[in-house]
Amino acid sequence: MSVNATPAGAQAAAEAEAEQPGGRHAAVPEQRSRRGSRAPLSDNKRAERRLGWLLCAPAALVMVLVTAYPILYSVWLSLQRFDLRFPDEREFVGLENYVTVLTNDFWWTAFGVTALITVVTVAVELVLGMGLALIMHRTLVGRGIVRTAALIPYGIVTVVAAFSWRYAWTPGTGYLANLFDGSAPLTERASSLAIIMLAEIWKTTPFMALLLMAGLALVPEDLLKAASTDGATAWQRFTKVMLPVMKPAILVALLFRTLDAFRVFDNIFVLTNGGNETSSVSMLAYNNLIRGLNLGIGSTMSVLIFITVAIIAFVFVKLFGTAAPGSDDGERR
Amino acid sequence: MAVETTTRAKLRWGLLDVVVVVFALVPVLWIASLSFKTPATLTDGKFWPREWTLDNYRTIFDTDQFVRALVNSIGIALIATAIAVVLGTMAAYAISRLDFPGKKLLVGVSLLIAMFPQVSLVSPLFEIERQLGLFDTWPGLILPYITFALPLAIYTLSAFFKQIPWDLEKAAKMDGATQGQAFRRVIAPLAAPGVFTTAILVFIFCWNDFLFAITLTSTERSRTVPVALQFFTGESQFEDPTGAICAAAVVITVPIILFVLFFQRRIVSGLTSGAVKG
Repeated sequence: MSVNATPAGAQAAAEAEAEQPGGRHAAVPEQRSRRGSRAPLSDNKRAERRLGWLLCAPAALVMVLVTAYPILYSVWLSLQRFDLRFPDEREFVGLENYVTVLTNDFWWTAFGVTALITVVTVAVELVLGMGLALIMHRTLVGRGIVRTAALIPYGIVTVVAAFSWRYAWTPGTGYLANLFDGSAPLTERASSLAIIMLAEIWKTTPFMALLLMAGLALVPEDLLKAASTDGATAWQRFTKVMLPVMKPAILVALLFRTLDAFRVFDNIFVLTNGGNETSSVSMLAYNNLIRGLNLGIGSTMSVLIFITVAIIAFVFVKLFGTAAPGSDDGERR
Repeated sequence: MAVETTTRAKLRWGLLDVVVVVFALVPVLWIASLSFKTPATLTDGKFWPREWTLDNYRTIFDTDQFVRALVNSIGIALIATAIAVVLGTMAAYAISRLDFPGKKLLVGVSLLIAMFPQVSLVSPLFEIERQLGLFDTWPGLILPYITFALPLAIYTLSAFFKQIPWDLEKAAKMDGATQGQAFRRVIAPLAAPGVFTTAILVFIFCWNDFLFAITLTSTERSRTVPVALQFFTGESQFEDPTGAICAAAVVITVPIILFVLFFQRRIVSGLTSGAVKG
């Protein structure tokens, strides 16, 4: 699912945490001491707490039940031989499935494809998204029109867009295929991958741009004017004034887009159906589960994808520490 | 002199605007154009139709396959949106207003869910839902949609709630209203625009989903349109379904276009407000 709008407020969360006295890590002892000094709690305070828990409970419950339990169950399934076509042969096999998957060429091909798509699309989107963000933020004419237009790729159903690209590149039917002498680019690996990336970039650049625009709004206008008066060129204003202020927004956008890009599925499903070695890891997991009905292997891939995503998130947080949501408590204060 | 520079600057920006608009619209116009082409001209490779027809639309609305999928799509997305927004509003209010232990934990969990690879849930949910009898039902899709929409709802709403003049709440409480009453009578009406914007974003998210819809359904009973498109065969089995697929695709794009046209400002502020606030 490439439309995952969730990161939008991530920064807000980071800010919200920064606003709180004491970061997350400091939270526990501090709260304890606060609680100690405040005891006994006033009725009002106690009611407030109870209301807080009551209001949060349903959301927390749903989120944890639908993700934590299945992922644990997935780990359990991944340790079994479990093929729905041969349910009688179900048995505990330890890490055998992991060995099977990790020594399988299809898996590593899909992994490579996914990594390639992720790196290329996120890099291109960062550049295009920055351009689009600047246009949406600073244009002197038609700001409403340009923002409305940019929201269309963001909002459109990925599958619909994918069909549009597929028919555009279908020989005979498509306006784009005909530009290239009616060749059939979706039947070859390199050109298929290029088209998948094009479709991804078209769809998600506006979202990247919106996140970046949020950062752009933080750049003080006076600072730009001052830089301009001092004779800074447009490029200098961009690199010396805007980029440093925008850094947190850029990193949040990068993190979320990277994780989102890594789960690429819809576009590949429609454009090539994984043919010519264009499967992503998500595609492969889907094929093993729904087409192969192999729950054991499917779950193993699920777990491996989960671990990969966790590693990516961890690396981002480690590398860019201060800017990663939820980890900036101490340094911001 | 100064006037001249502004005119030139405006022209330059205008040119860039045009590039963006064309880039954004071409794929949408293309699939719309295909949906209006007659079968004879469908494969002519022209960007605009030479002969216009509404036959493709007639075909899809005559088939149960599409109508049923459309009902599923609308119903599932609306219910999931309603529940996610209600739960999200409650949680966001607590996060932005109340002081209670565990608040940061909830924010952290939401963040983790936002980063969660949904495909990792596909295998276990498939098996769990089969056992619970939720497989291929509306609730079977609504549940994961709510889950993954909640972080979005909570963040967006928290950002909106921070902009509300909370002194009004204090005033209401001074006048004897309880916390709950202050929430319902004073804050809820003020929060309505933010809630509405969040609802749009959540709806778009549910409307868009393909991964869960294709793995957790198996029949027309709960197949949504993005999934049904994969199974289109055209009027007869031997007919090229391209026209029908494009028409169906256009139908499910219409609500998105309407949202974007009417609520552009809200959607942009909803997606950026969180970050701007800081």
